[in-house]
Amino acid sequence: MNYETVIGLEVHAQLLTESKIFCGCSTEFGREPNHNTCPVCAGFPGVLPVLNKKVVEFAIKAGLATHCEIARSSVLARKNYFYPDLPKGYQISQYELPICTGGYIDLELNGAAKRVRLTRIHMEEDAGKNIHDAHGDASLVDLNRAGVPLLEIVSEPELRTAAEAGAYLRTLRAILQYLGICDGNMEEGSFRCDANVSVRPEGSETLGTKIEIKNLNSFKAVERAIEFEVERQIATLAEGGKLIQQTRLWDENREETRSMRSKESAHDYRYFPDPDLLPLVIDSQWINEVRAELPELPAARRGRFMSQYSLSDYDADLLTSRKDVADYFEAALKTHVNPKILSNWIVGDLFRVLKERRLDEQFYIECWPIPAQHLAEMVQLIDQGKISGRIAKSVFEAMLDSGKAPWQIVSERGLEQVSDIGSIESAIDQVLAANAKQVAQFKSGNDKVFGFLVGQVMKATQGRANPKKVNELLREKLNGGV
Amino acid sequence: MSLAALTLHEAGEKLRSREISSVELTEAVFQRIAETDDKIHAYITLAKDAALEQARRADQQLMRNEITSPLLGIPLALKDNFLTCGLRTTCASKILGDFIPPYDATTVQKLRHAGAVISGKTNLDEFAMGSSAENSAFFPTRNPWNLQRIPGGSSGGSAAAVAADQCIAALGTDTGGSIRQPAACCGIVGLKPTYGRVSRYGIIAFASSMDQVGPLTKDVRDCAMLLEAIAGQDPADSTSVNRPVPRYTEALTGDVRGIRLGIPREYFVAGIQPEVEQAVRAAIRQLEKNGAVVEEISLPHTEFAVAVYYIVATAEASSNLARYDGMRFGHRAQAKDLTDTYMISRDEGFGAEVKRRIMLGTYALSAGYYDAYYLKAQRVRALIKHDFDEAFKRCDVIVTPTAPTTAFKIGEKTEDPLQMYLSDIYTISINLAGLPALSLPCGFDPDEMPIGMQIIGKHFDESTILRVAHGYEQATQWHKKKPKMEDR
Amino acid sequence: MKITREEVQRVALLARLRLTPEEESQLTEQLDHILGYMEKLDELDTSNVEPFSHAVDAVNAVREDIVTNRPNADALLANAPDRDATYFKVPKIIE
Repeated sequence: MNYETVIGLEVHAQLLTESKIFCGCSTEFGREPNHNTCPVCAGFPGVLPVLNKKVVEFAIKAGLATHCEIARSSVLARKNYFYPDLPKGYQISQYELPICTGGYIDLELNGAAKRVRLTRIHMEEDAGKNIHDAHGDASLVDLNRAGVPLLEIVSEPELRTAAEAGAYLRTLRAILQYLGICDGNMEEGSFRCDANVSVRPEGSETLGTKIEIKNLNSFKAVERAIEFEVERQIATLAEGGKLIQQTRLWDENREETRSMRSKESAHDYRYFPDPDLLPLVIDSQWINEVRAELPELPAARRGRFMSQYSLSDYDADLLTSRKDVADYFEAALKTHVNPKILSNWIVGDLFRVLKERRLDEQFYIECWPIPAQHLAEMVQLIDQGKISGRIAKSVFEAMLDSGKAPWQIVSERGLEQVSDIGSIESAIDQVLAANAKQVAQFKSGNDKVFGFLVGQVMKATQGRANPKKVNELLREKLNGGV
Repeated sequence: MSLAALTLHEAGEKLRSREISSVELTEAVFQRIAETDDKIHAYITLAKDAALEQARRADQQLMRNEITSPLLGIPLALKDNFLTCGLRTTCASKILGDFIPPYDATTVQKLRHAGAVISGKTNLDEFAMGSSAENSAFFPTRNPWNLQRIPGGSSGGSAAAVAADQCIAALGTDTGGSIRQPAACCGIVGLKPTYGRVSRYGIIAFASSMDQVGPLTKDVRDCAMLLEAIAGQDPADSTSVNRPVPRYTEALTGDVRGIRLGIPREYFVAGIQPEVEQAVRAAIRQLEKNGAVVEEISLPHTEFAVAVYYIVATAEASSNLARYDGMRFGHRAQAKDLTDTYMISRDEGFGAEVKRRIMLGTYALSAGYYDAYYLKAQRVRALIKHDFDEAFKRCDVIVTPTAPTTAFKIGEKTEDPLQMYLSDIYTISINLAGLPALSLPCGFDPDEMPIGMQIIGKHFDESTILRVAHGYEQATQWHKKKPKMEDR
Repeated sequence: MKITREEVQRVALLARLRLTPEEESQLTEQLDHILGYMEKLDELDTSNVEPFSHAVDAVNAVREDIVTNRPNADALLANAPDRDATYFKVPKIIE
């Protein structure tokens, strides 16, 4: 029996507003516990919420960027349950009338395009943080995060593989980053994902038992967890077992999903419209104002990179998958225009370094170890013939973290390429004189030894000789005169 | 006569002319409290030291003739569901423990800014849930007119304090009649403003879509003055409206000529105490004598109001009271785990009526019942509001009794909660529709218990209500009578 | 019966209220009585009536995205039943 996998993803994106969604507390990360709190977000008696306009704007932006319908009239509702990180005993969210519905995200995976529809996007407040196991018999609650604005983005269950799920998340994240509304950092929790996974016999129209997976802290985790869960579900069914609708946690260490300890059977959240908040009416004027502020989105930028810079779609895709990378690339181009070579250096060497340093999830180019301008200047030196590609590699390494311009490094270390014929010829003469055996071998037909002789010339010039010229002149000397 | 017996406008004049000082006035009030509160139990917390300090500051301002507000130097009492910075706030419940708010309600800030003196926090039904002040976790307040009777609720403490001259005026809250009904029971004036007229920020929430802050005063002029001081939009309260605040005192012309009084037939049916009906009808005739015109109107969905109210208000309350969980403030029980801590803290902290309403509200919102109860009730609520919209096309104010009976005996209705709920029949619809309404005395029954008449106005038309009330009051003497504070 | 004892128990758990067996009995009876009264509403045909949403006619009460609060963890923790430095300390939460 062949099974089909059905995956839906629920993403919670923390919004980059200055203040919280319902009060004037700062959303700044990393403050001392309960430092960014006030009676409103701490759920004290008598307090009332007031909606942050920017949250609405960000929600509209997200909706427009994903082709959603923006609700004319939208309502905030209370989701009631008890938990220490939920100070009011309810979360203000949206239920029946979310701000955005419909919409879709276009993915590309292995050359194939796929459109994944969205169910909805809505606004809600984040909960605080519980710190477990600090004391034997107690937990600690920090409400700094309570009230930070979130967008919940729900996809239709149209994803079919773990890889598609990964592609969906990367694409969605890029969109939110490009919009400037979320920094998309999964490890730090500003971009969270829960996956709903079920399987069904191929060809079946009905959905199988839906199982929710939580505690996914990276894109890799999402993909691995889905793969594991699909296998587990199929195996269970194959043995004739039954699947129960439940929530499972992904265990990163054991690389498996496991059932959460028994929770209340199906939460009864008793949603109702929050009487402390007025309805939100969004007219076309507001939508148009927000639409006018939309930046160039990833798909559009990718297309432009291909047409404007003649990049392959593979390269364009790599460069635009994150806004900071695309920004870096175009910043570099301002200094020197060689899109293809710059692209190679960025997606090759620079990405490698970022990954080594675990900076590949840092989304601000100010954190990158080489300023865009300097990388561009380095490529410029190559194009001007001042350094060879090989020398450039050491210049690159030396630029990392030093803040030094490439020209500075080349000059300090005397790395400038030697291109003048006189110096090269004298080096060649030296080498030929010192390696008579190899010269003889070459002359008797052993072409392989040519490489060795080139190497010796490069060594004699501390690698600075222009390799092309060395090749030319060496061949001339060996073939021609004495 | 004690200075404490002065009205707000009388006291204000004497303060501004320097005939008396705020300190003298405040001391008179506390003297009065000392003499009477062991009989009445209107106050939960007294704030004498702070009050005298405020009075001294007020006197300095008065001396310099810096009269910023008519409330300058006037001792006012606050219902204990108003958050007062640094002053214990209990909501008449054990669940708040010894909670001392780190902030003031917006209304309290306004009073402080105006230079008013806060005498203390008055008793109420726990979490404002009740019509008799018997549901307080601490003690019942007694009616100054007869100590065996209830003062009304939930703002029973504030009403009794005003009636007994234990303050010059007071503030309360009204969700289903909690200012008007106690005002009627205690023979004073009480006003529930239009929903959205006064800020709810810092008032412990009961039913968010109905709660409103309002004055309890000795006469209509005082009421107008106090309303003027507290009305206005608050950016911290999304449901408060951006409408200019009229000079309500300018409405006190006494002229009721041509004003159309709507008399709803549904409010004069069986179950009403005969003397109450007689007194209200006599009051209407008095107004007609002075030029008002009577219009028979109908509010056909009146009989459904109690059902609607007790579904919607309890639903909202069940959610609003979830924050009282022993985690960040208030009472926390010692228990074996988290769930038990919640359950026992709340069991120990909440009284029976509060628990009953939380249960009812939770049920009405729960899966499978939301449509049948909560949504259904909100639809009927729309019909009730529509009744008033239609009626107000034909009249300017609506006049009814405030309550079907005068104040009943303490303990008389505590057995059957539904009976208690049904006594709110005349006041509840007004909260459902968000309208303004006032109660003022219009007579006494044979037991010398006060009878209240309710005047309901259009949205944001408190001025017309005050005009009619003032006109009636000036033609009568009810407001001059003082209670004897006896057991009878 | 409009409400059973089991339902009262379910609702009590949802509302985090511990009830004694006597309270359960009493509440079952009282709520049943009250809910019976609520049936009155079924007399009305409300199929064409929009639910009441707000007494005020206004919409879009929003505020600007500015930080206006001055942090004061101590004031907030002053009434805490238990605390640890600037954390609220609560009974252990088991996932």
